[in-house]
Amino acid sequence: MESKPDSQNDTQSRDVVGDELLRIENLRKHYPLRKGFFETLLSKNEQTVKAVDGVSFSVGKGEIFALAGESGSGKTTLGKVLLRLVQPTSGSVHFQGRDITTLTDRELKPLRRLMQIVFQDPFESLNPRLIIKEIVAEPLRVQRIAKGEAEVEERVKKILSEVELFPPEEYLYRYPHELSGGQRQRVTVARAFILDPSFIVADEPVSMLDVSIRAEIINLMIDMVKKHSASIIFISHDIALAKHIADRIAVMYLGKFMELAPAQELVDQPLHPYSQALISAVPVPDPESKRTKDVISGEIPSPIDPPSGCRFHTRCPYAHERCVREEPQLVEASKGHYVACHLYT
Amino acid sequence: MRFVVHSLMPILQVEELTTHYRTQRGWVRAAEGVSFNVDEGQALGLAGESGCGKSTVALSLLKILPSGGRIRKGKIIFDGQDLVPLSEAEMRKIRWKGISIVFQGAMNALNPVYKVGDQIAEAIKIHEHNISGSETKERVAKLFEMVGIEPSRADNYPHEFSGGMRQRALIAMALAANPKMLIGDEPGTALDVIVQAQTLRLLRDLRDRLGLSMILISHDLSIIAETCDKVAIMYAGKIVEYGDTNSLFKNPQHPYTQGLIKAFPSIKGERVRLTSIPGQPPDLLHPPAACRFHPRCPYVMDICKKEEPLLLEHTEKNHNVACHLY
Repeated sequence: MESKPDSQNDTQSRDVVGDELLRIENLRKHYPLRKGFFETLLSKNEQTVKAVDGVSFSVGKGEIFALAGESGSGKTTLGKVLLRLVQPTSGSVHFQGRDITTLTDRELKPLRRLMQIVFQDPFESLNPRLIIKEIVAEPLRVQRIAKGEAEVEERVKKILSEVELFPPEEYLYRYPHELSGGQRQRVTVARAFILDPSFIVADEPVSMLDVSIRAEIINLMIDMVKKHSASIIFISHDIALAKHIADRIAVMYLGKFMELAPAQELVDQPLHPYSQALISAVPVPDPESKRTKDVISGEIPSPIDPPSGCRFHTRCPYAHERCVREEPQLVEASKGHYVACHLYT
Repeated sequence: MRFVVHSLMPILQVEELTTHYRTQRGWVRAAEGVSFNVDEGQALGLAGESGCGKSTVALSLLKILPSGGRIRKGKIIFDGQDLVPLSEAEMRKIRWKGISIVFQGAMNALNPVYKVGDQIAEAIKIHEHNISGSETKERVAKLFEMVGIEPSRADNYPHEFSGGMRQRALIAMALAANPKMLIGDEPGTALDVIVQAQTLRLLRDLRDRLGLSMILISHDLSIIAETCDKVAIMYAGKIVEYGDTNSLFKNPQHPYTQGLIKAFPSIKGERVRLTSIPGQPPDLLHPPAACRFHPRCPYVMDICKKEEPLLLEHTEKNHNVACHLY
C-alpha cells in the first residue's frame, strides 16, 4: 500500500503544526463541456474542463492556508469543493476525520455549521431585502441553534460587536445598501463566524475593497480566526498579501499545485519557475525597481486540454524535453517545501 | 513616422479644473481645482482610491463626461489650445488624433460580433476618409505588430482573444489615428499580474518608441511607480500631493500618501501586520471642510478643520504637497 502519492501525503501532513483539521487526497473536479446534439453523436470522448486536477494537502487546526494563482487556475473551484458546495469528480476531503465527499446531505448538515465561506463581493453576497440582523441570524435559524428570538438577537449583537460594528444596535435594523463596502464585508464575516465554525474559506475577501480599508478587514479576519481557533483557506490572486497573512501558500496553475511552502519562504525563495514568474511580476511601489526582469510571455492555457507533461512547459523558460513528456510530481525539495518541477528531481 | 523629441515642453497643462456632477441630491464635487502638467513624451500617474475623481479628470480632458457632468471651471491647454470652450465638433478633431483613451474593463470594450481587425479599421477610416481598403489593412497589420499581436489574428473575433490580447487590441485601436497623448484608465486592472506586467511593459515601450505622452490612472501605486515620471495623488476630488515619482515615493509627505503606500502589502521584506487608514473616503456631495482628509488624518490640527491647505513646494524641488504640516 506504499504507493508514491500516498507517501507524499504523509509527509505533507507532518508539516501541519499541531492537529490536522482537513486532509485532501487526490482531489479532482472536472466539469463536462456542454456540446451540441450532433457533436455528442459524432465525438466519442467527452471533453471536460479540468478545474481541479489531482490536488493533495492537509490543513492544520488554526492554520491560515493561502491558495494563490491566476484566474483560471482552479483556486475558487477547489475552495468550493472543500466545503462541498460542489461535488468533486474524485478524491476525498477528510474533515475532522470524516470523508465529507461521501456523506448524504442529511449527514452533512450538522457539519455545515462548522464550515463557512466569505465571498469576494460584499455588494452581491448580501440579500438587499433583508436587514443586517436577519442576514447574520440566518445561519442560526437554518441550524436551529438559538432558542427564542431573544437569544437570536443576543448572539447577533455579540458577533456584530466582535466584528467592530459598534454599537451593534445601530446596525441591526439597517439594510446592506446603507453600509459602506468595508462595513458590508464585516457583516459577511459576522455571518460566517456566528456559528463558531472550525473552517472557513475566504474567496478573495478584500479584492473589491478600497486599498486603504483592505488591511483592517484582513486584520479583522485574522483576529477572528485566532479567537475562534478556526482554520482558514484564503484564496487570493495577490501573493504579496498572502505572504503577510498566511502560514503556508500553495501556488496553483491549471488545477494543480506547482509549489507548496511556508509563506515567507515561498515568496522569498520560490523554486518553481512559475512561482518565480508570478512573484517577479508583482509591482513594487519603488520607482527604482522597475520590472526590468523578463516577464514570461503568454497566458494561462485552456484547462480543457492542458499541455502534456508539466502544464507550465509552454511558458517555462527552462522547459526541456522531459517536461513535455512526463508530469512532475510534487516532491519535498527542502523541509516542508514542496515543488512539482523536473529541475528538482 | 514621428520623431521623438525630448524637449520637455508641457503638451498638456491642466489648470484649476473643476468638474461636478448634477444629481437629484445636489452637485457631486468630483474634481476641484485640479492642476497638473504633462511634458511631451512623459508619463504622469494619477492615483487614488475609487471615487477620488481620477476618472472624472480623464473624462473631462476628452470632454466625454456622462450626463450631468460639467466642467465648471478651469483650463485644459492641450498643444497650445484650451479645450474647455471648444464645441463638440471641434473636440472630435482632438479625440483619437490628439488624445486617445484606453478604458478600464478591457474584456468588454470590444464589440463581440465584429472581427477585431475590422473594429480597428473602422477607427482608422473615420479619421481618414480617403484611405483605401488595402492601405487600411496594412495599417491594421502594423498596429497589431506594434502591440505584439500576430497580424494574421486580425480576422479573429474578440472571444478568440485572451484577456491580455484584448487589452493589446484596445491599445492598438487607441493608437489608430496616431495620437500625441494616450490616457490609460486602470490599464490591466482586471488582468492577472503576469499579463498586467506584460501590458505595462508594452505601454512603456510605446512611450519610448513613439514619443507618446501618457496619463496613467490607477488605484495601484506600484503600477504608477514603475511606469510614470510624475505622480499626482488625488483624495476626495483634489490633488493632495504632486511631484517627481522618485521624490514622491522616496519621501511621501502627505499623511494620505504615506498611509496609502503603507496599506499595500509589499512582496519584499519581512512579514508585518498590515496597516490601513482608519475611516472611509468622504461623500463628495458634502465633502469635509478645509482639508478634506482631516477626519482620517493621524496628525490633524485645528487649522486643518478651518483652512484649506494649498498645493505648494516645500522641502524638495518639483514636489508639491497640500498639507498644513509643512
